Amino acid sequence: MPAWWRGAVSKVARAQAFGPAVVAIILYVFFVLVSPGSGFVGAAGTASWLDTTADLGIVAMPVALLMIAGEFDLSVGSMVGGGSITVGLLTGYLGLPLWLSIVIGLVLGALVGLLNGFLVTRTKLPSFIVTLGTNFIVLGAGITIGDAVMHSTIATVETSGWFSELFKGKIGDFDVSVIWWIVVVLIAAWVLRRSRYGNWIMATGGDADKARRSGVLTSRVKITLFVCTAVAASFVGMLEAVKFGTGDPTSGSSFVFEAPIVAVLGGVLLTGGYGSILGVVFGLLIYGISNAGLFYAGWDVNLTQVVLGVLLLVAVLSNNRLRQIALAPIRAARKGLTK
Amino acid sequence: MTAQTATTAPVIELIAASKTFGVNTVLDDVSITAHAGEVVCLLGDNGAGKSTLIKVLSGVHTLTRGELRVDGRAVEFRSPRDAQALGITTVFQDIDTFPLMSVAQNFFIGREPMKGRGPFRRMDHKYANSHALEQIREMGIRGVTDGKQLVGTMSGGERQALTIGRALHFGARVLILDEPTSALGVKEAGLVLRQIRNARKSGVAVIFITHNAHHAMTIGDKFTVLKQGKVADQFVQGERSRLEVLTLMAGGEEIDGDDDESSAHE
Repeated sequence: MPAWWRGAVSKVARAQAFGPAVVAIILYVFFVLVSPGSGFVGAAGTASWLDTTADLGIVAMPVALLMIAGEFDLSVGSMVGGGSITVGLLTGYLGLPLWLSIVIGLVLGALVGLLNGFLVTRTKLPSFIVTLGTNFIVLGAGITIGDAVMHSTIATVETSGWFSELFKGKIGDFDVSVIWWIVVVLIAAWVLRRSRYGNWIMATGGDADKARRSGVLTSRVKITLFVCTAVAASFVGMLEAVKFGTGDPTSGSSFVFEAPIVAVLGGVLLTGGYGSILGVVFGLLIYGISNAGLFYAGWDVNLTQVVLGVLLLVAVLSNNRLRQIALAPIRAARKGLTK
Repeated sequence: MTAQTATTAPVIELIAASKTFGVNTVLDDVSITAHAGEVVCLLGDNGAGKSTLIKVLSGVHTLTRGELRVDGRAVEFRSPRDAQALGITTVFQDIDTFPLMSVAQNFFIGREPMKGRGPFRRMDHKYANSHALEQIREMGIRGVTDGKQLVGTMSGGERQALTIGRALHFGARVLILDEPTSALGVKEAGLVLRQIRNARKSGVAVIFITHNAHHAMTIGDKFTVLKQGKVADQFVQGERSRLEVLTLMAGGEEIDGDDDESSAHE
């Protein structure tokens, strides 16, 4: 292999978004070809998958950052439901204004995030188990409180005025949540690539003990990110509750695994320490495109699960390979020298 | 160099230091001094008390008896942070680098260069990349051509050198190196030894812990051999042959295999 070729390959391999970008483009072209005249390419077709992708994306961005820092948050599923039932109960049953309900929902989200963060950093237990526990606690609490107060687990959301348009508004064919998602992406990318915090997130996930010895406040990094994931999840729950007009504590259950799946599809290392926001954006697009593509192609939409499962396995395998290539060039060059 | 610095107080000094854990005495009446620009080698076999001594110097353990002095003043460290605040940096055996982060990110971890103000305060990647690369080229590491290169592409010795270079760059006055060369090949060890020489030249007091007598004799100014927590011997460069040192470390027994091993390093 000539040196320039090896250099180019390693540069591409180091661009972590490359793999997921290629997969997303191939999937898109594939579904365009198999669904001629179905409207998949048009604005309405694009909106159909971009809207759901955006809702998931708002949660997946902080979840990806947390995974890069080496921790999981499985409680996001019930936090989406928690935000949803909170806004339903407060606006529909208690008649509070929407803005106040949303502030309360975000504060509750932050509290759950703090609880997760303190439990994980103090007990040193795996966050997988801790957040699995809080996931059930929040879910159970949401259903119980809804049932006790309203004798129903579903609440009607009462909204009107310009403020609610921030959550259920439309821009052409697209939900306003797409804008929220873009804002979250930009913030997440800035934090990871530009801020000092991003360096700390990578180091914490790379090796928490070494990071601590190097002066990184690893517990603060983790707790902050747990708060971000819970607040983002709660926010999406409220956004969807306003959009659909109902608050439902069970509404976010699919997020529990979809958020980490799109992070891994986007090249985030399961054990932490590696990943990029652009990669996760493509991971989300892979998810959205295969979801809507199957529908527009007229195939059984349940195949989405199969497609995602296969892509997940392929992603984990190819991520490992790409990482090896990214770490290889100097070793290869040195071997050449010493021979 | 020792003659020149002898008039000033040693940068770091242990006086009649003892450390016990319950009934176990792991350090017994140990005294060592290190002046600026001196490489003090601490030799000893496994279990000689070397690691406990490092932990005392770096602020992990406090002494049971005796005194620790920095710049001639008695100090008591409550945590490694206290030691670091006085410029005492420890480079541990499992090197403090992150393979999946760039050379620049590694170099500046915990001390990131920033620019901009308010909410737009951000890492100065341009400065970090060029500066880290410059430092690394000065160390004689030629494999690195870009500050954005992942540290995982570097060898063990190069990473060790990077860690030492980082400590020097950020103003370490005392550098404690825990077995920095033991896991390395000949060429790699040479890279690290060169970094130690750089440190000495820039006036840092280096405490070099090793069980490789050859590496110690190559670079050391002063030597302390520990045996079961006690000072078995103390001498300066040129006073003992390598065989004498090896015999001391092994506790006066005949050693055949070790000599073969260390001659392989020549």
